[in-house]
Amino acid sequence: MLQPQQPAPPIIVLEGVTKRFPGIVANDRVDLAIRAGEVHVLLGENGAGKSTLIGMLSGLQQPDGGRILIDGKEIAIRSPSHALSLGIGTVFQHNMLVPTLTVAENLALGGPWWQRPKIAELSVRVAEIARPLGIEINLSAQVSELSLGEQQQVEIVRALLRDSRVLILDEATSMLTPQGAAELGALMRRLVERGLAVVFITHKLGEAADFGDRVSVLKLGRKVGDIAPERLGALGREALVDEIVTLMFGRQADGDAVSIPPRAANDDTLLEVRDLNVASVSDAPALEAISFKVGRGEILGIAGIDGNGQKQLAEALAGQLSASSGSVILAGERFDGLDVGGRRRKGLRYLTDDRLGEGTVGTFPVSINYFLKQIGDPPLWRSGMERTREIEGRARELTRQFDVRTPGVATPIGRLSGGNIQKVLIARELADGAQAVIFNKPTYGLDLANTLATRQRIRDIAGQGLAVLLISTDLEELLSMCHRIAVISQGRIVGTVENGEGAGERVGRLMIGLAA
Amino acid sequence: MSGFLSDTFLAALLFGAVTAAIPLLLAGLGEQMSEKAGVLNIGIEGMMITGAYLGFVGAYYSESLWLGFLTGAVGGIAVAALMALLCVRIGLNQIVIGIALTLGLEGLTAILHHFQFSRSYPRLPAAEVTAIPFLSDIPVLGPALFRHHLIVYLAVAMVVVMVWVYRRTQLGLNLQAAGDKPAALDVAGIDVIRTRTVAVLFTGGMAGLGGAYLANVGAGLFIPFITNGAGFLGIVLAMLARGRPLWVLIGALIFGASLSLTTAAQVAGINIPTDLIQMLPFLAVMAMLVLFGRRASLPAALGIPYERGAR
Amino acid sequence: MTDNTSPATSRAVDVVAAEPVGREIGRRLLITLGPILISLVLAGGVLVAVGVDPLAYYGLVVERGLLSPLGLQQTLTRMAPLLFIAAGLIVAFRAGMWNLGGDGQFLLGAVSAAASAPFLVQALPGWLALFAAFLIATAVAMVWSLVPALLRAYQGVNEIITTLMMSFLGVSLANVLVKLVFLDPGTTVPQTRTLAVADRLPRLFETTITSGLVFGLVAIVVVHLMMTRTAFGLRLRIVGANPRAAVHAGLDVPLLTVAVFAISAGLVGMGGAIDIIGIQGNVRADWNPAYGLAVIPVVFLARMNGFAAIGFVFLLSVLSIGGESAARRLGVPQHFTLVLISIVLITLAIAEYLDNRLNQARRA
Repeated sequence: MLQPQQPAPPIIVLEGVTKRFPGIVANDRVDLAIRAGEVHVLLGENGAGKSTLIGMLSGLQQPDGGRILIDGKEIAIRSPSHALSLGIGTVFQHNMLVPTLTVAENLALGGPWWQRPKIAELSVRVAEIARPLGIEINLSAQVSELSLGEQQQVEIVRALLRDSRVLILDEATSMLTPQGAAELGALMRRLVERGLAVVFITHKLGEAADFGDRVSVLKLGRKVGDIAPERLGALGREALVDEIVTLMFGRQADGDAVSIPPRAANDDTLLEVRDLNVASVSDAPALEAISFKVGRGEILGIAGIDGNGQKQLAEALAGQLSASSGSVILAGERFDGLDVGGRRRKGLRYLTDDRLGEGTVGTFPVSINYFLKQIGDPPLWRSGMERTREIEGRARELTRQFDVRTPGVATPIGRLSGGNIQKVLIARELADGAQAVIFNKPTYGLDLANTLATRQRIRDIAGQGLAVLLISTDLEELLSMCHRIAVISQGRIVGTVENGEGAGERVGRLMIGLAA
Repeated sequence: MSGFLSDTFLAALLFGAVTAAIPLLLAGLGEQMSEKAGVLNIGIEGMMITGAYLGFVGAYYSESLWLGFLTGAVGGIAVAALMALLCVRIGLNQIVIGIALTLGLEGLTAILHHFQFSRSYPRLPAAEVTAIPFLSDIPVLGPALFRHHLIVYLAVAMVVVMVWVYRRTQLGLNLQAAGDKPAALDVAGIDVIRTRTVAVLFTGGMAGLGGAYLANVGAGLFIPFITNGAGFLGIVLAMLARGRPLWVLIGALIFGASLSLTTAAQVAGINIPTDLIQMLPFLAVMAMLVLFGRRASLPAALGIPYERGAR
Repeated sequence: MTDNTSPATSRAVDVVAAEPVGREIGRRLLITLGPILISLVLAGGVLVAVGVDPLAYYGLVVERGLLSPLGLQQTLTRMAPLLFIAAGLIVAFRAGMWNLGGDGQFLLGAVSAAASAPFLVQALPGWLALFAAFLIATAVAMVWSLVPALLRAYQGVNEIITTLMMSFLGVSLANVLVKLVFLDPGTTVPQTRTLAVADRLPRLFETTITSGLVFGLVAIVVVHLMMTRTAFGLRLRIVGANPRAAVHAGLDVPLLTVAVFAISAGLVGMGGAIDIIGIQGNVRADWNPAYGLAVIPVVFLARMNGFAAIGFVFLLSVLSIGGESAARRLGVPQHFTLVLISIVLITLAIAEYLDNRLNQARRA
C-alpha cells in the first residue's frame, strides 16, 4: 500500500503550461504533478481555467507554452485517442455517451472499425472492473434511459476499461445528489487504493476537503496554492476549509457572507402559483401540482438537482411552455392564456440560465439584445419602423446604468464575457415595470466578482419590493440570500424550508428524498 | 383492348419499377450513411450526374459496362472528396456547397457531353441480362424481377450489407455516434472528421454508381440533366427511412413503380399525360412527409460541422 | 471561449458585417475579387479542355451582355424576374429557412399570370388587369409554399427537402396546366394564350427594357429595408439567427415561419408574373428557365444583402445573356454560366474561410 508520506513518482507533470484564447489567458504557467494513489483535487471557481487544463490533458486542446511530461518524458498529447493510449481517461462535466446507443455499444466505441463490437468479452471485463467498485451496470440498457448518476458510472467504467492510470473527473458532482456525491467520493477512494491517480475537478470547497489527498487551487488561470497530503492530513476539516478559502480569495471570503434582505412593511403576496401542471415532453420531466406564493420583497429559492423540472417551471411561469392546468397570479391578476409578451408587460420577468443559447442572439449588437423582448414597442419602434438613434441612446443609458463593459453598443453581444452578457439580460428584465423576477441559475459560469455583483443585484431588487423566484442548484447561494427555500424533485415541490439555522441540512434531506 | 391488368402491362410495370428503383436505392443507401454520420449531403445530385457522365464515358470507350460502373463510382467519390474537404474538414456550409456542386456539375457534364457526343448521341448496347434460374421462369414476376443486369442484384444485396454494417460492426457504431454525439466519439478516441469523411465518400461512390446505372443500364446513353432529381429523391428516402436500409429499398421500389407507370402505360397502349405521371413520386413523397413527417427525425448533429473543443 | 470564434461561414446566416473602413475595404476587395479571378481562370480551363478560346468566350460575353446596347438592354430586362426571386430568397435565408423551391413557385406564378392576363385585359383597364394577374400569380405561389411552411412550422420537417419536392411537383404541374388546361386553341404550338405586346408592361423610355425592372428594383430594396429597418424584419432575423432566442423573446415562431414562406414564395411568384406580363407574354410547354436554383448562389454571394444582390443579379444577367449569345456563336452551351457561378461560390467560400482563419491567428 502506498504511504501518503512517500508519494510515488508522478505520472504526469505539468511545467509552466500556458493556454491562450482570444482575449484571455485561460492557463498561465501552471505547474502540477499527478501521482498514483492520490485523489488530486483541482479547485477553482468557474472561469479559473480548470476545464482548459483538462482539455489539454485529454488531448482536446494543445498548450501554447510550457510542457507536459508523462513518466518523466516530455510529450505532446495530440488527440483524445492519444490521451487514452497514454492511460489518461477523462469523465467530462457534460456526459460523453451517445444517447441512442446501448451501454455496451458505448463502451465498445473506439475499437478498430472493421471489427465486430466484442460485447460478450466486454461484459466479462465490465463485471471484473465494476463489481469490486460496487457499480452495477445494465449493459443492454439504452443510455438515454439511465439517470445522470448511472451515466457517470458508465463513463468511469469506460475509462477503466481502457486501462487508464489516470482518471480525470470534471465537475463530476454537479449532476449528483449529496448522497450520490458521497458515493462518488467513496468510489474514488477505492480507485486510488488500487493504484490509480484520480484528478477531481470541483468548485466546491467542501468536496475538496472531504475527498482530496492533495488540493491545488486555481484562480484566474493561475495556480495560487497547493496543499500537500501531509499537511492535508494534519489539518482538521474546519482549518482546511479556512486555508483553502484563504488561497482562493486571498483573505476571508467576506463578500459571500450570508445577507438576507429585510422584508418591506407591505409584504403581501405578489406572485402566486396554484396547482400548476405541465405535461412532460420528450426528455423533460412533467410538473405536477406546483403551488407557492412569493410576497413583496421576498426571495423564494428553488433548490434541487439539475434537471428536476426547474427549467420547465421557469418556462411555464414565463409563458414559454403552456401549462395543462393551474394558474399564475401576479398582483391579483390571473395570467391564464397570456403569452410571453403579455406576461412580460404585466411585470413578470424571466432571466434565463442559457445566456447564449436562448437569452441573446450572439451575432446581433448589444443594443438590439437589450430590447429583444420588446421589438416593435414604442418609443424604440414607431409604427413598426426601427428608430436607431433612440435604440442606441437607450442602450447606452442601460450600459452605463448596469455597468456593462462593452467596446460599444454596436458590438456583437457574443463577443462579451459571460458576466457582461448577464448584465445585459438583467438590464433587459428589470427595465420598465418589473414586479416579479424569475432568476434561473443567475451566477452559473460567472467569475467571483460578477457572481457577487449579481447576488447583490438580486438582493437590491427584493429590497425594492419586487418578488424574486431564485432557481439555483447551488445550495450555498440559496442559503446566502433567500427568505424561504422550496425544494423541487421530479417536477414536484417536495417541501419548503424557512431559511435560518439548520436550513441547509433540511433542504439537503429534502433533495435526496427524505422528509425535512 | 388491353387494360391495366394485362400481363404485358404488369410485367412492364414491375420491370420498369425495378429499373427505376435501382438508382434511387443506391443514392438512398449512400445518403443514409452520410446522414447517419451527421452530414446532410445536398451535393449528392452532383455526385450522381458525375457518375452518370463518367460512367457512360467509361463504358462507351472501354466497351465494358463494368468498367463504366467503376468510372462512375470513382467520379462520384471524387466529387464527394471535394465535398468532404470543404464541408467536413474545413466546415463550410453544407447547403451552400452542396447546391454549388450540384449546379456546377450539372452544367459541366452538359458542356462536356455537348462537345463530345451531341452530334452522334451514341448509345450503349442493351445491358446483358442475368436470369436467375427457376425464379425467372415464374410467369409475369419472373421476367419482371429476375431478369436484370447483375448489378441490380448486387444493389439489392447492398441492403443486407448495410444492415450488417450498421448493426454488427464497430464502423456502424462510429457512424451513429458521429451523427448523434460527435464529441462522444471524439473522446472515445475515434476521429470524427475521418468517420464523416468515410461516410461522405461512400455516399459519393454509391451515388456515382447510381448515376452510372441510370445512364448505362436505364437509358443506354448520357443526356444532360439525366438524373433529374434522383439524388434529391435519395435524400428523401434516407430521411424517411431513418437509418434503416430495408426501408430505403421499399421506398425506392414505390417511387420506382410510380416512375415506371408512364412507360408501362405506353407499352399497354394507355394514354396518360407524362407530366401527370411524373408528379406521382413527388406526390407520394409529400404525402409520406405529411403523414409521417414528425417521425422523420434526423440525427442530432446533422448539418453541424464538428469542431473539437467547441461547444 | 470558442463561442465567438466560430467561422461565420458555417453557422451565422445573419452576420451584420461591420462597416468596412480603409484597409478593411481593401481586404474585402481582395477576398472578393481574388476568388472571382481564380474562378475565371478555372472555368477558362474547362473551355480550353473543350477546345474553345476562353478569352474569346469571355470577350464575347462581356460585349454581348454588357457593352452592346441591345445586349445591355436584354441584360437589364433579364434582371426584372431575377430581382424578385433574389428578394424572395433573401427573406427566407435571412430568416434561416431554406426555400429551395423557387423553380416551382416561379413557374406556377408565371402560368397563373399567363392564364389570367389575356382574359383580364378584355374585362379590365390595362394596368388593373396586369395588376390583378400579378396578384393572382403571387397568391398561387404563396399557396404552393403552404405545405412546406406548415410542415416546418408545426411538425419540424426539414424544409430543404419539402421545398425541393414541391418544386419538382410545381414544375410538372405547370406543364400539365399549360398542356391540358390553359392551352391556346389558336396555335399548334403547346403554349398558353399570348398577351399582346401592347397589353404588356410598358417599356422604359425608348428602349426595349421592361418597366418590370423598376418593380424588381423596388421589390428588392423594400425587402432589404424591411429586413434591416423594421420590427417585423428584426423578428424574422432573430428566428433565423437563433430560433430558441425567438421563442424566449415571445415571438410566435410557427406563425412567422408561415409568413416567411408566404412572402418568399409570393415574391418568387411575382418574378414569374413579371416575366410573363412584362417580357414573354405566354408560357410555352416545358419552359423552365431554372432561375430559382441559379439565383440561390447569387444571394449567397451577396451575403443576403439586398443592395449587393442587385449587383450580383446584374452580373448573373450579363453572364446569362452574354452566355446565350456565346452559345450561338461559339457553340458553348449556356450551362457554362452555371459552372462559372458555382466555381465562384466555392472559391469565395474558401477565401472567406481562409480570411477568417487569418484573422483569428492574428487576434490570438
